[in-house]
Amino acid sequence: MGTELRRITEGNHGVARLTPAPDNGGTFLGMPKFQKAVKTELELNVQRKNMRNATTTIRNKRALRVSESPDWEEVREAATEIKNRVSRHLDYYLEQAEKSLTAHGVHVHWARDGQEANQIVADIAKAKGVDEVVKIKSITTQETDLNEYLEEQGIAAWETDLAELIVQLGHDRPSHIVVPAIHRNRAEVREIFLREMKNYGRPAPEDVSENPPELANAARLHLREKFLRAKMAVSGANFVLADTGSLVIVESEGNGRMCLTLPDTLVSMVGIEKILPSFDDLEVFLKLLPRSATGERMNPYNSVWSGVTDGDGPQEQHVIFMDNGRTDVLADAVGREVLRCIRCASCINTCPVYERAGGHAYGSVYPGPIGISLTPQLRGVEDPVDRAMPYACSLCGACNEVCPVKIPFTDIILHLRHRVAQAEKADRFGADKEGTVERNLMKTAGWVLGDAKHFEKVQIATRGAGKVLKRPLGPIPVPIAERWLKYRDVEVPPTDTFRTWWKKNRQEGE
Amino acid sequence: MSAQQTEMSARDTAARAEIFARIRRGTADITDKNPETDTPINWTYGGGIEMEDVVGTFVQKVIDYSATVVRVKSADVAQAVVEGLKATGARMNTAVPAGLDADWIYAIRAAGLEARVDDPQLSKETLNETEAVVTAAACGVADTGTIVLTHVADQGRRALTLVPDRHVCVVLASQVVSDVPEAVQIVKPAVQEGHPLTWISGGSATSDIELSRVDGVHGPRTLYVIVVDDA
Repeated sequence: MGTELRRITEGNHGVARLTPAPDNGGTFLGMPKFQKAVKTELELNVQRKNMRNATTTIRNKRALRVSESPDWEEVREAATEIKNRVSRHLDYYLEQAEKSLTAHGVHVHWARDGQEANQIVADIAKAKGVDEVVKIKSITTQETDLNEYLEEQGIAAWETDLAELIVQLGHDRPSHIVVPAIHRNRAEVREIFLREMKNYGRPAPEDVSENPPELANAARLHLREKFLRAKMAVSGANFVLADTGSLVIVESEGNGRMCLTLPDTLVSMVGIEKILPSFDDLEVFLKLLPRSATGERMNPYNSVWSGVTDGDGPQEQHVIFMDNGRTDVLADAVGREVLRCIRCASCINTCPVYERAGGHAYGSVYPGPIGISLTPQLRGVEDPVDRAMPYACSLCGACNEVCPVKIPFTDIILHLRHRVAQAEKADRFGADKEGTVERNLMKTAGWVLGDAKHFEKVQIATRGAGKVLKRPLGPIPVPIAERWLKYRDVEVPPTDTFRTWWKKNRQEGE
Repeated sequence: MSAQQTEMSARDTAARAEIFARIRRGTADITDKNPETDTPINWTYGGGIEMEDVVGTFVQKVIDYSATVVRVKSADVAQAVVEGLKATGARMNTAVPAGLDADWIYAIRAAGLEARVDDPQLSKETLNETEAVVTAAACGVADTGTIVLTHVADQGRRALTLVPDRHVCVVLASQVVSDVPEAVQIVKPAVQEGHPLTWISGGSATSDIELSRVDGVHGPRTLYVIVVDDA
């Protein structure tokens, strides 16, 4: 067990901090690219087993709930159209949302990037004189590294979602967008709770077992005092309804409701694409999201609120609309389809690459198909990590089938590979020179496939190779071939071709 | 306005202008600027699902979340509320919204439990030490086993149905609809008046440890639903 738990980093390395220090400073910056990082991840046998169990469970649950739904395809189509409408007319709906929110007493802020969004949160906290905030699970705030920014500003950010708590107390990083601690099993959770809770508040009961209900109860007790004492909460939002100026949070545990209800001040950091035109549209997405995300007919709690309500909940509310690369996605007519995403993670749960690699290898808070389609668009294709991402895919297309808003992932991934290839070509050869190796390979392929006689000649050569080589090919020290074989095992060519087999075994015209 | 606020709003104004300019550049290829003609939506809003027994389906789906459901006649609701409180393990007290049916509050007190009326508002600490809460509801959804609260007078503010550990909720059979779209239409007027909504499907739960559902985290761990056959 010892080596498997090595990623539970102990303590804060002697640095005085308010909250647990995350692994690698909490960021994905400076991480190796997927194809390198995945080699380490694949060594983690317990993690791989955890991942297989969890993704199999969630896939089956989703399939069951979808099969119960008589109008699933119609709902998917409607959701696709609604989100397309929002993306294509984003300025219109953002203006409408801003107006509705303002009319309901909400302070609306705008952030061009993550840094600006983080500053706004910190400025509000300072203006309110608070030194801690409670948080609802929000991948948007992970995208901006908000917790670490607040820590630097002397403000403690406490994660209150159970999985986020496991990740935070485990000095870890999330590996999934719906269940961020999917890579942990109950034994690991127990160890993390026993070791860390006492350093940041109410300790875990000493006799807590590995039983999930007992672990959940430990979290309930640990967080209750934080909920009761918190003056400010930070959330994201699943949806912003432009016409009524409402925000929607879809959750399970009630930690969201605690954060939305008990503190005096609420700050919601929202990506600009999270808008739905109308309150009516909620019916489509509430039919779609729970079944897609957790495989439930409905998740335990949905909260909808429209600004400040007299005598109920936070009396000061802020919404931060954040761009952080989303307008770059919007500007790409192929890539913009990814802005429909409602963060259900069904693509992640169905992805064979994700199931084996886990969520940490991608170098983004968004792993799996959505991660490799969205992240290189948000961040650009300058960094090797972002350039590697579109290749973390076998193009099997399972994600296309399950996506509730019909994002054509494989089309976008191919489009991004093209963008990466263009960028690499520009780096290596300058903007107007062709890559000669690749061009010659393509020329050869054209010659081989252009004429049946040429093709037969090549087959004679491969049969010969099959007779010489007996074992599957692993890495070999030949330039170009070495790069290809680094990530692939290639079978030995057969000693007979299909064409000769056909001639021997079948009569003409059969 | 403080200096900090002035600085913040100047930053917001600049950021807002730039984001809108980026959006307009990014969508310059879209020529029809009317959202409705540019992107039609082929969906009929507010529709239901055909089902034989809407209320029976609702009861079954709520039970599927491991909540308790009882069905009673209109005349027996007050008694059912008291029985519900006892069945969930409340022994001493319960919170009640100020607009709750006076007969139910009377029955609770007659049974020897303290009914803590949320007027004036109970403090967070008091709520945390209160065993249960009793409320009415706005709507029930059969297909998903969901109860919707609009937090009007007989349902109380949001914290009331959140902090105590047991929730006894009274839903009228006439409030139950087949599917989510009908429910959205029913609660829409309340939202337009500025009321928040809480959709409750079973007790609080988590699937965060190995994706197995565990009932009971931060919200009420026990949900007891009384369905009143009022028709």
